[in-house]
Amino acid sequence: MTDSKYFTTTKKGEIFELKAELNSDKKEKKKEAVKKVIASMTVGKDVSALFPDVVNCMQTDNLELKKLVYLYLMNYAKSQPDMAIMAVNTFVKDCEDPNPLIRALAVRTMGCIRVDKITEYLCEPLRKCLKDEDPYVRKTAAVCVAKLHDINAQLVEDQGFLDTLKDLISDSNPMVVANAVAALSEIAESHPNSNLLDLNPQTINKLLTALNECTEWGQIFILDCLANYTPRDDRESQSICERVTPRLSHANSAVVLSAVKVLMKFMEMLPKDLDYYGTLLKKLAPPLVTLLSAEPELQYVALRNINLIVQRRPEILKHEMKVFFVKYNDPIYVKLEKLDIMIRLASQANIAQVLAELKEYATEVDVDFVRKAVRAIGRCAIKVEQSAERCVSTLLDLIQTKVNYVVQEAIVVIKDIFRKYPNKYESVIATLCENLDSLDEPEARAAMIWIVGEYAERIDNADELLESFLEGFHDESTQVQLQLLTAIVKLFLKKPTETQELVQQVLSLATQDSDNPDLRDRGYIYWRLLSTDPVAAKEVVLAEKPLISEETDLIEPTLLEELICHIGTLASVYHKPPSAFVEGSRGVQHKRLPGSAGSGESVESPDTGSAAGVSDAPPAVIPSQGDLLGDLLNLDLTPPATTGPPPPATSGMQLGAMDLLGGGLDSLLGGDLGGSSAMGAGFGAPPAAPAASFSAPVSGGLDDLFDLGGGVGMPMGAYSPPKTVWLPAMKGKGLEISGTFARRAGVIQMEMTLTNKAMSVMTDFAIQFNRNSFGLAPAGPLQVLTPLSPNQSIEVTLPLNTVGPVMKMDPLNNLQVAVKNNIDVFYFSCQYPISMLFVEDGKMERQVFLATWKDISNDNEAQFQIKDCHLSSDAASNKLQGSNIFTIAKRTVDGQDMLYQSTKLSNGIWVLAELRVQTGNPTFTVSLAQQTVWSNHCSDCAANY
Amino acid sequence: MINSLFLISHSGDIFLEKHWKSVISRSVCDYFLEAKEKAGDPENVAPVLQTPHHYLISIYRGKLFFLSVTQTEVPPLFVIEFLHRVADTFQDYFGDCSEVVIKENTVTVYELLEEMLDNGFPLATESNVLKEMIRPPTILRSVVNTLTGGSNVGGTLPTGQLSNVPWRRAGVKYTNNEAYFDVIEEIDAILDKSGTTVFAEIQGVVEACVKLTGMPDLTLSFMNPRLLDDVSFHPCVRFKRWESERVLSFIPPDGNFRLMSYHVSSQNLVAIPVYVKQNISFLETGSCGRLDITIGPKQTMGKSVENLTVTIPMPKSVLSVNLTATQGTYTFDLTTKVVLWDVGKLNPQKLPNLRGSISIQTGSPKPEENPSINIGLQIQQLAISGLKVSRLDMYGEKYKPFKGVKYVTKAGKFQVRT
Repeated sequence: MTDSKYFTTTKKGEIFELKAELNSDKKEKKKEAVKKVIASMTVGKDVSALFPDVVNCMQTDNLELKKLVYLYLMNYAKSQPDMAIMAVNTFVKDCEDPNPLIRALAVRTMGCIRVDKITEYLCEPLRKCLKDEDPYVRKTAAVCVAKLHDINAQLVEDQGFLDTLKDLISDSNPMVVANAVAALSEIAESHPNSNLLDLNPQTINKLLTALNECTEWGQIFILDCLANYTPRDDRESQSICERVTPRLSHANSAVVLSAVKVLMKFMEMLPKDLDYYGTLLKKLAPPLVTLLSAEPELQYVALRNINLIVQRRPEILKHEMKVFFVKYNDPIYVKLEKLDIMIRLASQANIAQVLAELKEYATEVDVDFVRKAVRAIGRCAIKVEQSAERCVSTLLDLIQTKVNYVVQEAIVVIKDIFRKYPNKYESVIATLCENLDSLDEPEARAAMIWIVGEYAERIDNADELLESFLEGFHDESTQVQLQLLTAIVKLFLKKPTETQELVQQVLSLATQDSDNPDLRDRGYIYWRLLSTDPVAAKEVVLAEKPLISEETDLIEPTLLEELICHIGTLASVYHKPPSAFVEGSRGVQHKRLPGSAGSGESVESPDTGSAAGVSDAPPAVIPSQGDLLGDLLNLDLTPPATTGPPPPATSGMQLGAMDLLGGGLDSLLGGDLGGSSAMGAGFGAPPAAPAASFSAPVSGGLDDLFDLGGGVGMPMGAYSPPKTVWLPAMKGKGLEISGTFARRAGVIQMEMTLTNKAMSVMTDFAIQFNRNSFGLAPAGPLQVLTPLSPNQSIEVTLPLNTVGPVMKMDPLNNLQVAVKNNIDVFYFSCQYPISMLFVEDGKMERQVFLATWKDISNDNEAQFQIKDCHLSSDAASNKLQGSNIFTIAKRTVDGQDMLYQSTKLSNGIWVLAELRVQTGNPTFTVSLAQQTVWSNHCSDCAANY
Repeated sequence: MINSLFLISHSGDIFLEKHWKSVISRSVCDYFLEAKEKAGDPENVAPVLQTPHHYLISIYRGKLFFLSVTQTEVPPLFVIEFLHRVADTFQDYFGDCSEVVIKENTVTVYELLEEMLDNGFPLATESNVLKEMIRPPTILRSVVNTLTGGSNVGGTLPTGQLSNVPWRRAGVKYTNNEAYFDVIEEIDAILDKSGTTVFAEIQGVVEACVKLTGMPDLTLSFMNPRLLDDVSFHPCVRFKRWESERVLSFIPPDGNFRLMSYHVSSQNLVAIPVYVKQNISFLETGSCGRLDITIGPKQTMGKSVENLTVTIPMPKSVLSVNLTATQGTYTFDLTTKVVLWDVGKLNPQKLPNLRGSISIQTGSPKPEENPSINIGLQIQQLAISGLKVSRLDMYGEKYKPFKGVKYVTKAGKFQVRT
């Protein structure tokens, strides 16, 4: 006997028949009727008309009938609130039933009836059930609080249920604890500031005890809750890790991944030299690998998370490349994710295997997958230099297959390889040109045109090739049009005699016949450039291109840290912070990894709940595509791996550009709308100070731009501390020296005031430095030409260089100086500000910045706060730039500006910094990362600003 | 947490819905159906989808989509695991998990779903707890119920939910006390054209069937537990004992359950039981090709290879094949273009061979992709990793149980590239 019979009654008077049966005297018939009603309900039929009849069946001793009626009630109470009230009495009575199963069932069902009037009656029974002697009832009641909160949050707070719920965390039964945690977590999600889950070492201990004894689902809730805790020190962190590690062997993959989250987070606090740290790293790999043998859906989520873990801690899975090899019958979504991780794990050690696999994939059936595999080969070439040659030959093999989409993808990636390894593989151009006709996708066409333009001098018939594209110019996509324009200009600059006609043709097509403002603007700019100063044009258009970086698609470090804290959640699947997409989570807490041991206290990111938190956290902060300026300098084909800012321009070009802007562009600016003024900005400012295009308002016009542009050679007020007395007259036998250091026009200077407080004339001054940390040494002799008479002062400026002998000093910036005169030799020591060692070319390329930031180990990171700094982020950025600390990128999250900055010391050490500025809050938070271990000293000097 | 569940047939028909919080209109499934349309093959639908107001997390089991809808941030693995558990429960209760069976048992399904989740939080997912509350339908019981007016719903408190061993019910009694363990290993491997192993690993499970009276406490030990470095256990296994002594100590659930699963990935330990000599080629012209496959034993540890099958998905342009098999039979499915060769037992003296010609649609170009060959096989009484159970001890009860261990090795995703 099956339930299918309940579906057979499709006759006209179905509802009527059921009504009659429901009111039947026979119990059995009643039950059958209710079953029929439920069956109709499950398939979405509307049986709400039977409400009073079904509710009448509720007063029964038969448990099954009661359950069925409850099921019905939950579904339809909302649409029949007045009738539902009729059921209240039965509920209240059931909550007093001697059978705990019935008590629990009643309180559970009542919570599911989402009718305000009923919830009022629910409070008293619920309060009793929360304190029930039976744990089964208590754990059901705990969930009921969450239900009630969802319906009427205010009521729950007024009735004090939240406190009762908090008490349940200390319950003796682990299942009650788990459910209380689950309920509190859910309530906390809609109450970001309530601090409901107030975690302290005692509660943590309770949770850890319950963790071992509750069900798998309870373990997930508890682990997710633990992940929000910040341990006090590394010992507590280690002890929590030790107790969580056994969960890695759980059969439920969600438990495993939640445990991984806790471990990944708390590991940050462990000192790296600890044995346990290494053990933990080793323990993490096997469970992650095991997740990959689960069902494909689980694999997918696991792979998305592994993608994050590999970026944060590549060492965990570096030997597990093979488990990511794609199987023939993997679903496509698993295949694509595996491929992504394979590229991330590719290294010199395993590149041969990876390439062989990728080549295999390139002959698969699925087009998307094949395309991605071909691209992956190109990415390998760029990532692992030793493999480049093999990759190129593999790509050439693939081009020989003549499979249309394979050829197109191959050409797109070969263009990137040309960029990465200039003048190495150009011999293959001929083969590429053979396939010109088969290209029908814009990206491939644009790539091919870029290659032809870039290597025009080596391709005999470059003009013919480009001309062939020109015929259908207006049917091409913008990408191709822009590229064609640039390529022909390049061709013209390389072979001016033969191609004059061609360039005129394309310029007129771009400027006169096109509706596309970008294309028109670029056409005009080229036109101006070519007609005003062809030499400058050549320098601009054929400028040397920056190298593209190795790693691609890296997630920006702050975001990555946040995502690591969200392992196993939807955020980790989408690789977006929860604030960017979770609905109704106005005050989602931005989670951060705790600071590593030894770097002082970790800083909780303050979150003052910006109301519009959803939109102001752009997921892709550092755009991987070049900006407008990049476009102009023919970088617009920037592959995903490109770097943003262009190389430092020569002064000749600078002048040319200025002339051009001054002479001709104002007419353009007048004529065109916003687009071209942005263009002007992109053109004038970035060669000198690319950061300006991020932060400086462009509206000011050309003058502003020149100011910014002019900033290149002359630092605008580099910080220089006031003079202090280095050698008091008492010790110097009458000679007093006070001084300071400054960096002016790229030269470090020691500025001193020598005062003769003795009775006799001083002559024959000389100076020497002891060995010091940065190899500072006088660049010339001390220039004191005239003898120093008593009570006379003289200002001396001593240029310094950094080529002297090096010895680490303590403090790092200590300098021991010896000054000699006709009387004696005097020794004193002074400290110089590190900032004067920041060199002018300390602007790191964005991609490099990302990669470097990631590479730097935690040991070399420091974090501290600067108090009482009343500057906006832009002002701070400008000020810092005056001292050669360059802003690479800026983003805004919930009212906090994050500035990413780099600076380079004279000895070639890079220092990277993240500066958090909260509007209206005078305290800045600085995170410093450095390739060596001197960060603390540098932080001192940064604090001076 | 989980708001709603929709069951959708592979043709896109929504035939059951269950809401644990407020009712969400089934129109939300349109986003999913759209994605399904785009994916083509139902297996290729991405498991996590985002819509303007909801998240759709789905699994595909037994030609059915289990689609859950959530509104808040929730661990997707948690949802996916739960959905698989729902499917497992249906399988357990009704012997099958298909549209027909679910429709036949809607009310029980509905009752089950109600017990499994409360307000989106998992409530009772252990099969023995559920069975205490809702008895699975059997023919005998439905006859008895109709005669006596009894019901499927138990009236007792599901005590298992609260005890320290929620997986075992109290008061179990058997006349024959027995405990059987099956060690089942599957070889996942990719071999390249020349027969070298590109990738190989062993997925092993220990399935148990334990029918013992009372509260027995079992200890299972292995001859060579060092093999197992990557394991996941049923919640009943005491992890501390495993860490310190490398033995499995547990109070077993009643009936069938998976005690542990493990994973052996280091290459040298994975023996490949058969080799495949193959040549599949398509001629440049003349729209035809050749196929020649021979299979022989490689590392079988002296055991015989049984149930040998070979599956080759041919390129879409293949019209027909004309092959001869020296052993077994082959079929060619015209719609899916799959050649299935059922070899049977592998005879080391006379190696099975399949050869012949392939004809391709005239005019269509030479196929670009190389078909891959999937091998299925079974070896009885052998765990290919070499894992061996040494003994099983029982404490806590006085009687002597029957004990047994069986080993089986199968091919999992075992493919040979051509």
